[in-house]
Amino acid sequence: MIESAVPLLALVASLAAVPLILLSGTKPNLREFWTLLAALIKFCLVLTLLPNALQGTTTQITLLELFPGIPFILKADPLGVYFALIASGLWILTSFYSIGYMRGAHEKNQTRYFASFALCLSSTLGIAFAGNLVTFIVFFEMLTLATYPLVIHKETPAALAASRQYLVYTLTAGVCLIAASVITQVTTGSTAFVPGGIYTPLSLPDPALLLVFVLFLVGIGVKSGIMPLHSWLPSAMAAPTPVSALLHAVAVVKSGVFGLVRVVGFIFGSETLAQSHLNILLMILAGFTVLTASLLAFKQENLKKRLAYSTVGHLSYIVLGASLLSPLGFTGSILHISAHATMKITLFFCAGAIYVNLHKENIPDLNGIAKVMPFTMAAFTLAALGLAGVPPLNGFVSKWTLAQGALQADMLVPLFILVISGLLNIGYFFPIIHRAYFKEGEHLEGKKEASAFMVVPLVITALLSVLLGIFPNHFFHFYDLATAIAKTLIPGN
Amino acid sequence: MSSYILGHYAYWASIVVICVGMYGILFKKNLLKKLIGLSILQAGIIQIWVCLSSKWGATVPVKAQGLSTDVAANYLSPLPHCLMLTAIVVGIATMGVAFALLMAIHKRYGTLDESEILSKACP
Amino acid sequence: MKVQQLPILIAFTYLAWALLIPLIAALRKNWIYPFTLVGSAISACASIYGFISSFGSEPLRYTFGGWAPPLGVEFIYDSLSSFILMVINTIAFLVLIHSKGVADREFPEKKMPYYALVMLFMLGLNGITLTGDIFTLFVFLEISSLSSYGLMSVGKKFAVYTAFRYLIIGSIGGSLYLLGVFYLYTVTGTLNMADIAAMIPQVATQPGIVTGIILIVAGFGIKAALFPMHGWLPDLYAQANSTSSALVAPIGTKVAAYVLIRLLLLVFGINAVDAVAPISTIIGILASIGIIYGSIYAIRQTQLKRMLAYSSVSQIGYVLLGLSLANPMGFRGAVLHILNHAIMKACLFLVAANLEKQEGHSDLSKFNKSFAKKYPWSMLAFTLAALSMIGLPPLAGFFSKWYLAVGAVEGEQSWYLIVILASSLLNAAYFFRIIERIYIKPADDTPSSQNDVAFSMLLPTLILALGLLVVGLMNTTLLSNLLPFYD
Repeated sequence: MIESAVPLLALVASLAAVPLILLSGTKPNLREFWTLLAALIKFCLVLTLLPNALQGTTTQITLLELFPGIPFILKADPLGVYFALIASGLWILTSFYSIGYMRGAHEKNQTRYFASFALCLSSTLGIAFAGNLVTFIVFFEMLTLATYPLVIHKETPAALAASRQYLVYTLTAGVCLIAASVITQVTTGSTAFVPGGIYTPLSLPDPALLLVFVLFLVGIGVKSGIMPLHSWLPSAMAAPTPVSALLHAVAVVKSGVFGLVRVVGFIFGSETLAQSHLNILLMILAGFTVLTASLLAFKQENLKKRLAYSTVGHLSYIVLGASLLSPLGFTGSILHISAHATMKITLFFCAGAIYVNLHKENIPDLNGIAKVMPFTMAAFTLAALGLAGVPPLNGFVSKWTLAQGALQADMLVPLFILVISGLLNIGYFFPIIHRAYFKEGEHLEGKKEASAFMVVPLVITALLSVLLGIFPNHFFHFYDLATAIAKTLIPGN
Repeated sequence: MSSYILGHYAYWASIVVICVGMYGILFKKNLLKKLIGLSILQAGIIQIWVCLSSKWGATVPVKAQGLSTDVAANYLSPLPHCLMLTAIVVGIATMGVAFALLMAIHKRYGTLDESEILSKACP
Repeated sequence: MKVQQLPILIAFTYLAWALLIPLIAALRKNWIYPFTLVGSAISACASIYGFISSFGSEPLRYTFGGWAPPLGVEFIYDSLSSFILMVINTIAFLVLIHSKGVADREFPEKKMPYYALVMLFMLGLNGITLTGDIFTLFVFLEISSLSSYGLMSVGKKFAVYTAFRYLIIGSIGGSLYLLGVFYLYTVTGTLNMADIAAMIPQVATQPGIVTGIILIVAGFGIKAALFPMHGWLPDLYAQANSTSSALVAPIGTKVAAYVLIRLLLLVFGINAVDAVAPISTIIGILASIGIIYGSIYAIRQTQLKRMLAYSSVSQIGYVLLGLSLANPMGFRGAVLHILNHAIMKACLFLVAANLEKQEGHSDLSKFNKSFAKKYPWSMLAFTLAALSMIGLPPLAGFFSKWYLAVGAVEGEQSWYLIVILASSLLNAAYFFRIIERIYIKPADDTPSSQNDVAFSMLLPTLILALGLLVVGLMNTTLLSNLLPFYD
């Protein structure tokens, strides 16, 4: 346990950028400079937390007391640092991409956009570093508020409807989360995240435990896209693509599954869940979501909507892995957080580049674009293969670990689900790739690759996926971190 | 039973007055009559307090020359009287404010009948 | 400064000012407003100072005229009353700063009587909070009520009628209270709160006590707008002028709720009361119905001020719900919500006043995107206050709702938990509708004033809104004084 202000500083870096961004509304380059500067500072600060996290030490800072016995505490423990690295690292790339996208599409209200983005990232880091449920709730709700201007950004009727649906889902979820936390506080006397959980198998009778678990599921499951709470996610594709990319592939939804891992591993604990078989419930929901989302993805003609359903499916991989309650299950699930992040963000970046460059959003219109946008489509193909679980991308590493985790827990059904959904992934991505490369396109004369601001980030993320697939421990020791975290969550391991 | 009612007849009478006041406030349509009802209600409450201070065979709590006794039990309790002086003043002040409001209402709407005012103000 | 004299200073400054304002007005008309501010500032600063110095010290008992209780009348300045005093005086001061713009626009020639009435109103409220004697409570109650009848009659055309209705209903409330005091006095023979508290264990089951308590709860329930006795509130707040609404709404009903907290929890002892009649259950059920009812009706409103009025009915329900839970967490939630709601409601009413001044109406359907451009600070304040009302952290509303929720679960009344959280969602429904309109809805070209309101109107609004950020996070410090109070 080390006391240090670094977690707080990392959070504040983008929070401080918000007023600066709002004030530089008339000077776009200055405004973008603040965003990039804040992103870099944030990432470097999070990096400095990595060595401690690898050793299993937590860097923490207590700010004030929110309620008697409940401090407002930021704990950079291994899982938190893991998530923070992904979020802040990908923010740098998304910022570059956003600049290209927003300027290329001549979007309005860019100041509001960049300011909300900075606020979102603060909230995400707060979620990553939250040391107890109440701090978590504070940042969770802040994330909802910060993403609202982004979802409603285009101010079209579709955006309005999407934002209202988003609010209804997330505010209801917030309320359920508060209810679950209150019950946790009264039952166990604490809301802190402790590896192994704060509930014991005897804390509550089974029906009450089920109720609390369901409340948590609804509370965090909305943001994790578990069916049937997922419908806001496809609707939220009415937002600009960088929003979909970072938020709905990385920050918001990953906060959701991150929260679920926290609740499963650090609040309930594998012992309590196994005892009352609640993990089976989670497994059923997750499995159902994986399969149904993958099937629904086939139906979608709009590229972003197809990616949205793919996201819903892949998020449940993470939930499925957590529900296995085995060391490799946890490891795989945590690895998939970063794997899916890099791959999905690549896909969304490509979708955005295609939209800005060629004004095409629907899959049937994507014929032959590989000739015009070679880099984009190459990255798309790599990422799609990775999501399907093809080596040597990091998607394969996480999926393989998840499969091993299923075997470790003696559960064959999840294994089958993983295999089937891998095939389904190939099924719904292949037509896009096929069209892009092997069909003849129309109206493509004189078009070339999108601006470098957009193409460079997506190439970087695609290459990152490959690199992390071949060397899972390179750069950030993701594999080691994940294994270390998983060890702490299973008792007696 | 009869001693319960007759023995405490003053209190029962006050309760009746209070109920008459309440009736006036709730069921009369004219605002002035409501105000009269309020006044009756307050009078009833004042009355019940004053009844509290009375005792059989006791005298006014004034120490007069030659006729007084030093046994406290022979005097009425003066405290409720004093409290009720305050309450009477409060009642008067309320009436004053109420009359001012009634005059303003009459000037604006030309009537003091509740249903007429409501129909004029909220068509 | 001698802390001994603080209670008198806080309360009777208002009395002195009420008498001095007409004199000042006779000298020069435009001295009225600054003079009022001076008086209000003295009281506000004294109450803040007193609150800070009441941390960790014994309750202060100020006896009048040297007559020791139980014969004499006393003011009790303990941690709870110092907290409430700080809340009401600070809010009043900020609202009075704001009142210049409203007064100039709505009642320029009536300033002298208006401000004098405001002083008397505050005197009444401070007296209610401080007093340790149940009859003096009636006296101060009537002082504040009569002043508020006058204050609320200044406004739109219909305001005189709603004020008259408020007079009738409020006087019934006061009279019921007086009748309740009668029964208590009959049984206990004393009017002093501490004495009654000492006697209650022996006499709690006597029918006189029970009747007295029920009548007192009914009387103050009317003043606190407990459902179903809230009918006077919505029209009243909607019709009166903005300063009156901003003064009476955040603090008027709250002081009535405080009296109920003081009497039921601390003087009578809720356990003794409940043994005879399930008063706390009844208050809890009525408060819950009021919370939901207020929220649902607020959604249906088309005028901002009426919506805020129904919202007030809903919010006072939270305080009374916390009271009915009768456990430490519920108590903390109720008291914190008194503070939170006072700040939030005052801020919202001040924003409504700003909008009315600039736009000339408070019709919700006409709110549009131009508001965010024309009145950025007022809209920021509105957004912060709205988010706090919904109960989103880190704003203040979340913290009082958490305490109430924990109190509900601890008290095994889990369906109150559902009520509290469901009403948060209902609040979100009507507030986010407005937030969406002011930031997103496209404007049509109606000519209206281009700027935000004057600084004197803007500053209090912003102070209150930013205060919400601070108060929530600091709540343990603020409430730490109250922790040993009720366990």
